[in-house]
Amino acid sequence: MNASAQRPRTLAEKVWDDHVVVRGENGNPDLIYIDLHLVHEVTSPQAFDGLRQAGRPLRRVDLTIATEDHNTPTLAIDRPIADPTSRLQIETLRQNAEEFGVRIHSLGDKEQGIVHVVGPQLGLTMPGITVVCGDSHTSTHGAFGAMAFGIGTSEVEHVMATQTLPLKPFKTMAINVEGQLRPGVTAKDIILAVIAKIGTGGGQGYVLEYRGSAIRALSMEGRMTICNMSIEAGARAGMVAPDETTFEYLKGRPHAPQGADWDDAVAYWRTLPTEEGAEFDAEVFIDANELEPFVTWGTNPGQGVSLSDTVPSPESFDDPNERAAAERALEYMDLEAGTPLKDVAVDAVFMGSCTNSRIEDLRAFASIIKGRKKADGVRVMVVPGSARVRLEAEAEGLDKIITEFGAEWRFAGCSMCLGMNPDQLAPGERCASTSNRNFEGRQGKGGRTHLVSPLVAAATAVRGTLSSPWDLEHDTELAVAHTGAQTGAQAEGSN
Amino acid sequence: MEKFTTVTGIGVPLRRSNVDTDQIIPAVYLKRVTKTGFEDALFAGWRQDPDFILNREPYSRGTVLIAGPDFGTGSSREHAVWALRDYGFKVVLSPRFADIFRGNSGKQGLLTGVISEETAETLWQLVEAEPTREVTVDLEQKTVRCGDFQAGFEIDDYTRWRLLEGLDDIALTLRDEAAITAFEARRESWRPKTLPVKY
Ligand code: SF4
Repeated sequence: MNASAQRPRTLAEKVWDDHVVVRGENGNPDLIYIDLHLVHEVTSPQAFDGLRQAGRPLRRVDLTIATEDHNTPTLAIDRPIADPTSRLQIETLRQNAEEFGVRIHSLGDKEQGIVHVVGPQLGLTMPGITVVCGDSHTSTHGAFGAMAFGIGTSEVEHVMATQTLPLKPFKTMAINVEGQLRPGVTAKDIILAVIAKIGTGGGQGYVLEYRGSAIRALSMEGRMTICNMSIEAGARAGMVAPDETTFEYLKGRPHAPQGADWDDAVAYWRTLPTEEGAEFDAEVFIDANELEPFVTWGTNPGQGVSLSDTVPSPESFDDPNERAAAERALEYMDLEAGTPLKDVAVDAVFMGSCTNSRIEDLRAFASIIKGRKKADGVRVMVVPGSARVRLEAEAEGLDKIITEFGAEWRFAGCSMCLGMNPDQLAPGERCASTSNRNFEGRQGKGGRTHLVSPLVAAATAVRGTLSSPWDLEHDTELAVAHTGAQTGAQAEGSN
Repeated sequence: MEKFTTVTGIGVPLRRSNVDTDQIIPAVYLKRVTKTGFEDALFAGWRQDPDFILNREPYSRGTVLIAGPDFGTGSSREHAVWALRDYGFKVVLSPRFADIFRGNSGKQGLLTGVISEETAETLWQLVEAEPTREVTVDLEQKTVRCGDFQAGFEIDDYTRWRLLEGLDDIALTLRDEAAITAFEARRESWRPKTLPVKY
């Protein structure tokens, strides 16, 4: 053990320390061992190529798994992929997986899906491990108390060749979310509020540890939603300490430890939470009681407010860069300052992405639309995160609720989260999306994205304008919550 | 990787903050399976505007990009670095970089220097006033010069050393292979394995 083991440590520090292969000296990075490497078609071809050119083997195929997600179509998946460039990427991955002996879940396979949905559902993602993937939303896996972060293609090659990465320790930031969420307010609203509060650069260089009673109360799905968007605050990773919820979720999954291994693992996992007295480099506080459904109005995920607010005026920003960014964003989004967000009509609703496409997200969405019809003229697309989620949803009859509502029930993949496949917005189209990025053109050239929770996506699909479940009539439980909301103060993170 | 010492060339003033990697290279260009030839993809959306800075002489021949804060946010796509590199950029200067982008850059020999907001503003004004006045970036000294103006920039020592030496990361790590093997021998058996396949 090293000297830092003497003082109380945070969760992140413990996981880090347990993966140091060589401690860097004189400001050099530590060499960190990687327990799990997730691979998809977009960021891997050049890495495999690099290995091939250098004549290097892939060191640990048994710690590597590949899936196809970014380019895969969500309709007619039994037919060849129409777009030749998408097809080439997929075929290249298949060839590389075969050549290097990497396990792959291809389109049509029941474990195929978004890489960040597949890892947890197989039980590969677990507490106290290091996870990397050539994808920034690898932060998702931190929900289990893993140290999980996105890497670039050169690093992908590096992990393939050495199963390690040279890294400098990250700083730690505690995000304390205390209190109880009101009905209709979800994990997505917490993370959008966090990003609005600390900004898209606020987490830079940090691992965020989400703590507090509101986080403890969340399901694994909710924790994954939050950790997923840590990168949108600029953070390298997000983490939640493992607890009974985590163990319960994992137990019995195909690759979860079994028998004596399970007992050893749980005993170790229980030692991971941040100790009393451990110090974070920074701390943020969010009052969960006051949060409302959230929505972004701009073109970065930090440009968000409570749905009951109006589109902010650029003048309200003191920082000249933020002001200029707001001006540009309003122009791109075709929004007027002062417009109530609830008056904004949408053309499309996208329910999916690694942020919100797990079974619980689909259940939440279905709970709102059940027995209703979608608003006229709104295109509603529901894309499960993995083929397995799709099967589960169908077993529960969610697909029927979705199609009877008038929405499209698709096959698994990234889909309109980034529109590398045919699922794209047309120029000028406005979309309420459960994904994680509202950048210009992210969902299709000229497309306009409002990031929302599954519940808000559903309510918006019902009403045709940005709406929260509180705006739907005949829903007594939520209506009560709404009354509470009107008297409640603004969400702390909304400005 | 080539050794990096000094670069002198046209400075391009990109007066924007929060330039995310979707802007640097839109997703449609990520479908390629090669590691070079991304020059056409750089800022592809913005370059459709004839007034965009890279559509103007002599900026179209730029090698030093001077951008606003939070450059390279968003997706981890290394293609953003390849696009900048293939276009001809050797250096990006900004008051703040996204971590992953900065890490990716160092590995591809693209220098990311952190400058103060005042330095960015001064450099913008200088290269806007006289576009052909070249900018010199000296990695050894950690300085940027333009005419009589000189300022420092920041870069971490490790990346600087690797750039100056032109070192390949993997070869560097494989020097520690014995330590990696020893570490693997200590790993607990509960840790995840993707093989054999279990459903
Ligand atoms: S769903 Fe979106 S954010 Fe998630 S991995 Fe796919 S493209 Fe990336």
